[in-house]
This record gives sequence, C-alpha cells and structure tokens, in this order.
Amino acid sequence: MTKREFGSFFDSLIAYVMLILFLGISGFFTWLFGTDVFLIGQASLGAFFSIAYWTLFFFIPALTMRLLAEEIRSGTIELLLTRAVTDRQVIIGKFLSTLLLIMVALAFTVPYVITIGSIGNLDVGAVICGYLGLILMSGAYISIGMWASSITRNQIVAYLTALFIGIFFHLFFGMLASGFRGFTGRLFHSLSMREHFDSISRGVLDSGDLVYFLSLIVLGLFLSEVSLARRNLQV
Amino acid sequence: MDIRIENLTKKYGGQRAVDRISFEVRTGEIVGFLGPNGAGKTTTMRMITGFIAPTEGNIYIGGKLLEDHADEIKRHIGYLPENNPLYPDMPVIDYLEYVAGLQGIPKEEVFPRIIEMIRITGLNPEKHKKIGELSKGFRQRVGLAQAMIHDPDILIMDEPTSGLDPNQIVEIRKLIRELGRHKTVILSTHILPEVEATCDRILIINRGKIVADGTSGLLRKQASGAEILRVRIEDGEPNTIFKALQKLDSTSQVGFVDGKKDRFEIQCHPGTSAAREVFRLCVEQQWMLTEMIPFETKLEDIFRKLTTN
Repeated sequence: MTKREFGSFFDSLIAYVMLILFLGISGFFTWLFGTDVFLIGQASLGAFFSIAYWTLFFFIPALTMRLLAEEIRSGTIELLLTRAVTDRQVIIGKFLSTLLLIMVALAFTVPYVITIGSIGNLDVGAVICGYLGLILMSGAYISIGMWASSITRNQIVAYLTALFIGIFFHLFFGMLASGFRGFTGRLFHSLSMREHFDSISRGVLDSGDLVYFLSLIVLGLFLSEVSLARRNLQV
Repeated sequence: MDIRIENLTKKYGGQRAVDRISFEVRTGEIVGFLGPNGAGKTTTMRMITGFIAPTEGNIYIGGKLLEDHADEIKRHIGYLPENNPLYPDMPVIDYLEYVAGLQGIPKEEVFPRIIEMIRITGLNPEKHKKIGELSKGFRQRVGLAQAMIHDPDILIMDEPTSGLDPNQIVEIRKLIRELGRHKTVILSTHILPEVEATCDRILIINRGKIVADGTSGLLRKQASGAEILRVRIEDGEPNTIFKALQKLDSTSQVGFVDGKKDRFEIQCHPGTSAAREVFRLCVEQQWMLTEMIPFETKLEDIFRKLTTN
C-alpha cells in the first residue's frame, strides 16, 4: 500500500516537481538570498530550517490533496476498500508514503549540512533535532491534509481546507498567543506549531513537543478514518 | 461459496434504496440482476462486497456473516464496480502487482498470477502501457483482471459489458460463462439479451424490491401463461378461416396480424396448445397452412410489465 502510493507520486510526476521546487526554493533562500548563511556568519542551519518550515507548509497540502479526494472522485476508493485491507490500513499507508516522500526531499538537503559542517563548527545535535522537527511537523500537516482530502472529492477544496486549518497552527495561534494573557494565552501558545518546532530545532527534545506532534497526527488520521466510515451513513 | 441474503435494507435519508430483499445464490451459479437505473442493483452489490454497510438485514457468504468476518470474506470476493474505476497513471502490470499485494497473494505467486490474468483477458499487446492510454475495451479487461487476480470464489460485476463493442461483449460474455462453471457470479445489467446469454438465473429488481426470480424460461411462462401461435393460412376465405379458428376448443382469442388477410394470431387457453387442432382443421378444409410459429413473449415485455406501474 505504502509502496504503491509512493510509486504513484513518481508515476504522476508530482514527486519530481515537488522535489525540484522544494530543493530549489530552500536552496535559493538558504544560500543566495536574504538572511542566508553567509550573512549570519555562523555555521548554523537556522536559515534552512526556517525556510523549510514555510516551504513544507505550502507543499504538503499539495501532496495530500489528492490522496483520498482523487480516489473518491474517480471511484477507485470503492475498489480499494473492498480489497482485503481495512480502512485504517489504507489511511496509514497513504500517510506513510507521503511522509516517506518528504523524508526523501529532506535527505537531498543533507549536502547542505555537510557543506556548512565543513565551514565551521556545527552543532550536530541541533541539526538532527531540526530535521526531526521538520519530519514531525510534516507528519502533522500530512495528517491534517489527509483529513481535508477525505471530506471532499475536489482536490482544490482539499488543498485550501488543509491550508486554512494549517495556517492556524502555523501562524495564527502564535499571533493570538501574544495577544492574550493567562490561560488563553498559554492555550494558544501551546497550540502554535512555531513554538514546538522552534523548541525542537534548538536541540531540546521535550516530551511535551512530541506529544503535541503525535497527537495532531493521530487526531488527523483518526478523523480521516471516521470520514471514510461515514459512507455507511449516507452517500 | 454461496451467498445468502436476508431482509437486506439500505436507507438513504428516508428513502429505501434497497427494501428488505432476500435471496440465495448457490456455488457455481451465474445470477443476473436486471432492473431499470436506480433500482438498487449497485447498492445491493456494494453491500455484498462490504463497501457500504446495510441499514438492516444480514449477508452470509460461505455461511459466515459478512460484518463479523469482513477481512476474511473480502479475500474471496472479486469486484468490478460500475464504470470500472482505475488509476490512469499506473502501468497495467504495476497495477496488477499492486492489487495482488493488497489481496494478500504470497510474493512468489504474484507474477505467475499476473501472467495468467494477462493471458486470460487478452491484455498481452497492451501490458506495458499506462492504463490511461488504453481503449475502453482494454480498460474493461484490466478491470476484469484485477477482479480475478486472487482467484476469488465469488465474482461481482456491475455492468461488465458497458461501453464495449459487440465483439468485445461476446468475448466478455464467453469469459463470464467459463468462469461461472467454478465460481459464484453475480452481474448486473440493463441489457436484456445479456442476461439471457450469460445467466443461469435472473433477478428483476425494481424500486429496491425483487419483482421476479427465476430462469428466463420460467419468467416467460409466468408472464404470459398462455401460448401464442402465429399462423398463415392460404387458399380460403379469410372470414371463414377466422370463424373456424375461433370455434376451436383450445383457442381463446383470434386476431388478424398486421391487417393482412391470411395471417392470424391465435392465443390459446392456458396450458393447451392449438397447434394440432389448427393443422387438422386445415387438412379437413383443404386450406394451405404455410406458416406456424409459436410466438414467445419477449423478455423485454416481461421486464416492462414488471418494472413500470
């Protein structure tokens, strides 16, 4: 299941487009433009991580939008779910394949690490944590994107829904957090993706951050499964 | 494997798409669902394949309740949904390999099965193409290949010949006939000659209910009840012949056919045949009997009678 989904990204050229764009954009901003590594004058991948933080945010919904929406539209979902697999296996297979693609994209950026590492003294722990943070964040967005894809047969709707939900975690909760005090402030603070991502990419692996990402992933996948099961109530 | 269905009901909103239907399909039987569009054929099939759950009622496959043994039973069902949905971006062989994996075929058996399927369905010339590049007929074959790849005991096909040209239809029907010798097959169609050509038994479904169940011969008998003969009698005065025919013991009604003077349609009393009497009458009167055709009620007529109110 995971294998075929992974293969289908390549069959339909989506993977190539995504890899090239991701590497192009992250490379451009990391090395050439704005607050790039040379400007900072530090052997740090901070610039790369903050670029990847945004590029992944936009790319992941584009990958997830077709996962289920396309199958619902074309009717292949009917074949898939009448095979000897459960709904859950379908959801998890699709999730893992997308996550695998993201990991491949991230693996291609390892040369950045090596290059910077050869320039100066690199905090290896922070780099590993940074990658882990990106992977966990991707997982959360894939999971949200999957749910968005499961509620519609239209890929554009799925993309925008995923982006709309994502932007709250990505940006708005952080902004709201600074506008509130006390409990509300802390609540928004703890919902913000930025907080958790930053804390991991600083090299601090906190159980709270892990719980945050994993619970987003599980919730998204669970809701996707529920919305697949909804076919039994109405069509 | 046999299929037993009890009081199956599916409601969409307040509407009953399938309304308390019960039937059985024995192993090795080919059953055709016949019905107008929207009669509940597809919904019934979707419930048997486990894609949607019934609102009420039970489905037993091989004696086991579907909802309790879904994972195990799904392995024994091959399904060709309506409109034959496929992944247009995938090459044919990759797709079959993927399906084989999903159906839990052991790795070493996957390729022999794919080769077998390509042979049976005649996909060989197109096997390296992407599915999206295939013609409709070949796509339908891919659909059949994916449904049969795990050698299921039960095959469920929703309009298997839709969109095919006449030659392909004949081929697919032949294939279904062959398969039906060992497997339990349910297919749906609204093409009447198709069920006659391929099915052992016909279920006519209308508005979610089974309105007829039997072989095509049995349905005919039920619908008409009485034999109809068309005869052509020459060398006589038409009105005399007409009256003489009416007087026969076994005829209940006589009429002229197409306004022609020498052709008559005779409707017999139920359970009797007027053929012998007509022949004797002609011999006695020295009329020339040039045609005598027992006229069958068409399946179309039965279908229309049962499905229109």
